[in-house]
Amino acid sequence: MEHEIDTALTVNGVEVRRRIPARQNLVDFLRDELGLTGSHVGCEHGVCGACTLRVNGAIVRGCLMLAVQADGCNVETIEGLSDSGELAGLQKAFHARNALQCGFCTPGMLIAARDLQIQNPKATRDEIRAHLSGNYCRCTGYQAIVDAIEEVLNGKG
Amino acid sequence: MKAAAFAYAKPRSLAEALDLLERPGAKILAGGQSLIPSLNMRLSAPELLVDIGAIASLGGMELNGSTVRIGALTTHAQIEKSTLVRRHVPMLADAAVQIAHPAVRNRGTLGGSLALADPAAEYPACALALDATLVIHGKKGERRTKATEFFKGLFETDLKPDEILTGAEFPTGGESSFDELARRQGDYASAGLAAHRRDSEIRLAFFGVASQAILAKHAAAEAKKSIAAAQQALAQDLDPPADLYHSGATKLHLARVLLGRALARWNMK
Repeated sequence: MEHEIDTALTVNGVEVRRRIPARQNLVDFLRDELGLTGSHVGCEHGVCGACTLRVNGAIVRGCLMLAVQADGCNVETIEGLSDSGELAGLQKAFHARNALQCGFCTPGMLIAARDLQIQNPKATRDEIRAHLSGNYCRCTGYQAIVDAIEEVLNGKG
Repeated sequence: MKAAAFAYAKPRSLAEALDLLERPGAKILAGGQSLIPSLNMRLSAPELLVDIGAIASLGGMELNGSTVRIGALTTHAQIEKSTLVRRHVPMLADAAVQIAHPAVRNRGTLGGSLALADPAAEYPACALALDATLVIHGKKGERRTKATEFFKGLFETDLKPDEILTGAEFPTGGESSFDELARRQGDYASAGLAAHRRDSEIRLAFFGVASQAILAKHAAAEAKKSIAAAQQALAQDLDPPADLYHSGATKLHLARVLLGRALARWNMK
């Protein structure tokens, strides 16, 4: 049985083909093999949300998905979503509201917030908090993050 | 931490998956939201992961008469958003939104949760409360087992190593109430209750308060008298062990609070 698997996926619009060790998590593959280090590795067991990615349009934990499971998938990272301008409004609001300090959680926060914006563009403060419940921030106390997202959802971003 | 090395196979059919499961050290990978953390922490070290994610027959939801059949690979997010589930087995939709966080719900599956039988998980309690039937496939074909027979203990089920849980059937109808108490949205429940009533039958399945989801039969019988009587009787059904944050007595108290809320929702006194 194979320990390394030929895998083809699309990352930020670019087709990637690699032979990948089965045990490698998607986020480690993106960081270590493709140099996309914007997705962060925090807890490595699905608690902190720093590795949040978008796979086939749905947010996932990059540490709870094997890279080989992404075969045939469309993977989007903070790099691709930043370059496309999709996150520009949220990024601007995070900056304006001081919604980050060390920035470790920020890529995951932005991708989770964007997911909420797509799914529930009129989310209330409580709904924002519920949607971000799986993303830890150890600096800000969350208030400024929720403020920034609320501002964007209310069309002021 | 990083997972130890393992081999990986992605069968395209159930028959192929069942063949692969016979290999030594083989383990099924579904959504991976519980298995991959345990691999990362090296609490689990399978030799071969059999990724069942590409087996189309394991997905889907359908209404068959008075039963909703849900395929094992159906994700929590799909259950949460399904109008079929919302209309016919709303308890499952109410439970799904309480499971972990959106990014986890997009990958985690019904079958994975049922087969793992975590004592704090939502679906095993729903399956008990709704009197669900679990559908299991092995080399000899299909067999069905009631949820009450399926869950055997802490992370222990009736599933044999060479079998795959392929789906579950949930009876429709009746009235349900689902609630849990956790320190933070999406955390494991300190106590949870999946309650269901159909005609005069009340089923109360608690989770997070014992080594497995558990039907509180004394409390259900007393519920016909009064809420207070049911809450009193709950001590005959539950003797919760302490967890990291709560004593056993606190957990019993929280279970009683949930019971009171559920019965009050049904306008019981």
